[in-house]
Amino acid sequence: MQRHDQTVWNDTDVDGYEPLLSEKGLKEVEIDSALPDDLTRDSLELPELSEPELARHYTRLSQMNYGIDSGPYPLGSCTMKYNPKFTEDVAALPAVSVHPDRDAESIQGTLQVFAELQEYLADIGGMDTVTLQPPAGAAGEFTGIMVAKAYHEYNDEGEQRDEVVVPASAHGTNFASAAMAGYDVVELPPGSDGRVDLDALSAAVGDSTAALMLTNPNTLGLFERDIERIADIVHEAGGLLYYDGANLNALLGRARPGDMGFDVMHFNLHKTFATPHGGGGPGAGPIGVTEDLEAFLPTPQVRERDGQYDLVEPEHTIGKVHGAMGNWLVLLKAHAYISRLGDSGLRDTSEKAVLNANYLASQIDLEIPFGPFHHEFVASAGERDAADVAKRMLDYGVHPPTTKWPEIVQEALMTEPTEAESKTSLDQLAAAFNAVTEEGEQTLAEAPENTSARRIDQTSAARNPQLSWHSLDS
Amino acid sequence: MTIPPDSIDVDQVHRDDTSDGSPFAPHDDSEVEEMLAAVGVDTAEELFDIPESVRFEGSFDIDGASEQRVRQRLRETVEQNEDYTEFLGRGHNSHYVPSIVDRISLRSEFLTSYTQYQPEITQGFLQVLFEYQSVIAELTGLDVANCSMYDAATALGEAATLADRSRRADGNRVLVPDYMRDTHRDVLENYVEGTELVVEAFDTENGQVNPETLENELSEDVVLIYVENPTIEGVIEENLTEIGELSDAYGALYCIGSDPVALSLLQSPGSVGADMVVGDASVLGLSTAYGMGLGMFACDEEFLRQVPGRLVGASEDSDGTRAFTLTLQTREQHIRRERATSNICTNQAWVALRTAIHAASLGPSGLVSLAEKCHRLPERVAAELDEIDGVSAPVRDCHHFREFKARVEPDARELAADLREEGIAIHALGSDEIQVSITDVNEHRTDDFVQAITEVMN
Repeated sequence: MQRHDQTVWNDTDVDGYEPLLSEKGLKEVEIDSALPDDLTRDSLELPELSEPELARHYTRLSQMNYGIDSGPYPLGSCTMKYNPKFTEDVAALPAVSVHPDRDAESIQGTLQVFAELQEYLADIGGMDTVTLQPPAGAAGEFTGIMVAKAYHEYNDEGEQRDEVVVPASAHGTNFASAAMAGYDVVELPPGSDGRVDLDALSAAVGDSTAALMLTNPNTLGLFERDIERIADIVHEAGGLLYYDGANLNALLGRARPGDMGFDVMHFNLHKTFATPHGGGGPGAGPIGVTEDLEAFLPTPQVRERDGQYDLVEPEHTIGKVHGAMGNWLVLLKAHAYISRLGDSGLRDTSEKAVLNANYLASQIDLEIPFGPFHHEFVASAGERDAADVAKRMLDYGVHPPTTKWPEIVQEALMTEPTEAESKTSLDQLAAAFNAVTEEGEQTLAEAPENTSARRIDQTSAARNPQLSWHSLDS
Repeated sequence: MTIPPDSIDVDQVHRDDTSDGSPFAPHDDSEVEEMLAAVGVDTAEELFDIPESVRFEGSFDIDGASEQRVRQRLRETVEQNEDYTEFLGRGHNSHYVPSIVDRISLRSEFLTSYTQYQPEITQGFLQVLFEYQSVIAELTGLDVANCSMYDAATALGEAATLADRSRRADGNRVLVPDYMRDTHRDVLENYVEGTELVVEAFDTENGQVNPETLENELSEDVVLIYVENPTIEGVIEENLTEIGELSDAYGALYCIGSDPVALSLLQSPGSVGADMVVGDASVLGLSTAYGMGLGMFACDEEFLRQVPGRLVGASEDSDGTRAFTLTLQTREQHIRRERATSNICTNQAWVALRTAIHAASLGPSGLVSLAEKCHRLPERVAAELDEIDGVSAPVRDCHHFREFKARVEPDARELAADLREEGIAIHALGSDEIQVSITDVNEHRTDDFVQAITEVMN
């Protein structure tokens, strides 16, 4: 990243680019309360600064942060695409913020948005019913697996089916979510073409299989062309097929998980439906299910009847996966985004996302195995350290790809440009990849040099954890 | 030139930018042609490696619309919500959010970034999260705070699974108070589904824990004792230290549920022996937002390697300058996979940023006076309600924070319905109790509220 050509106002001489608030001024307040002393703390010590000082502090910090509005952000499997601005204004409407215990009659507007979004997502996913409750993608995975578990238990196969099969290339959350739900995880080795090996799958599934968790297109950007056969193998074994929605952006309006034989899926609204990732969240991870699984969904479910919206409890509900109804403001933004795009916008999104991935892959002088690609691809840094390559890319003003994953590609650079990049910015991205490829080991090892911090020592951060200003070495 | 009015197709004017494709894909036709040629195909369709049998040829029947139309439609939709002054709480509370929180947090460098996988270009967000962790550590009196869970309920679920991983003796019982919010208990039950843990409720008296009653429930197989301060009923717990001593004596971990405003005034959990604190930190930074939250999670350093979610640590860059980075990531799902301490990847980082800004804008003096207000206001309103015939408030003979219950006759649900006619929302609990939450947000309508109840009761 090029340093911005602007004066940096540094108002203290403390080490560091922007001092901590605690370094600018801590104040200890003695507690003098109407409450008895033994029910209150003695004092509270926190920074106390004026609003102008705070405004400058946080503005400065924002300038030390790279977002999708700053430049390309081709972080594979994260779908960092442009977020339209108007959705924030919708989420800030006064009537939006209501208490979660309000009775259904008095919040018909909120419930209508829920019901419409449920409908949109069910259509887009080809599923029968959607719940909006899970507050993130991994929470959606956990919910989906819990629903699958409840389904097997209802059919008296709960104890027998104690395994979830996950391909080696799957998102790490799949393994963790299945384990959280109490399942043993069976890892499925990849086939030689980067896709699911049907023989390996047949060997892996059986009477103890609760579900197969699959990303399609997978994390190598490859569509699982044998998906119908995969679905048959899993279903014949009595298992359910789970769709990880992380890569749904590549399929919008062109193929639907429900049509491919998936029984349960999650959507990453913060990815596919352009709600800002906010430095790591909030997201939202609604799940869609087929009719057979509806009765097990979390409670409550929004239902429309004669133009009135109501909250109902599914018959064999798994209960709750969030204290309320998930991340309502994120859901609202996704609704706004989908209704802005409509059918033709959704279809165009997948078209341009896929075109961009294939074009970018064609412009990069690195080995890129497999193909053709959907919305992401994995380039190999070969003998070079992918993390070093990524650090040097920072110097070219772009966010680098996801590195060293999936592990089935040597020194992986997992790249997802999304539909939001123009040809010009893709050319700049390719130039950054190619320039780094030409550079010497020493330059890579010392990169980055044009960023607000130089290479950061991860090892000492982990060996000597300093996790608050109270613990800073003094 | 004058255009005859009837020649203007208003609908066309509105729809022009969405009639074909995504307005957020910047390609023009000639660029598309060049790109297709570079890839070596004639049409983008050829790039979709999808078998015919599963191609989707249908329509979703979603008509795209202009930004202006979408905003208008959604505004009209959400405005169907009744505009009540809410005196609702029971675990979901809010305070006035200063404008600086919106203005700063909506800066796109913060809003449009993701998890800080490349710390060299995300120092700004990392520093804010480090400051957030520091504020939570100070408020809880514990060493380690993570930089967010989804909400209070899921944070408690994570606390229980941490206790399961860290337990010193064999055991599987998680004890929670009988006053606990049903929805939160329900989430907890789901979180422990993959473990051997069993959740059991213990009885409380006068809305708080009686240590003797609790001790009757204790044995060596208890891994976690959870209590709230303030409780869901707004009761300030008086026996926190005794509960801490009991948890130590039986080898259980001790988790307190609270929030940052309450912790600004009430006993610090660290000082009463708590091992963990969970709760909803979005009382700073967000409105009630239909229950969207920010899970607060803090614990003693002893459990550092078991902490779920993301942690930001201070380190140095190669110039020797202080810098921040995500750390101890070997606990996380992208490295440990099925042995990770939780599955959380995307969390609530942006809400944590808002909470940090809100906390900083109040400062310690502002936080303490807001908290003191949350104690004094409900006590005053309860005293006023108690003067009304047919109302006795508060029901609990103890100190309150934000909330209290009142006994009413003849019928709480009818009273709540009558108040809705006046634009006021309260909780009706069964047939003869209401619960009321008073904070700076509804403070300006407390006189109306007391007046309305007076009129209804007469």
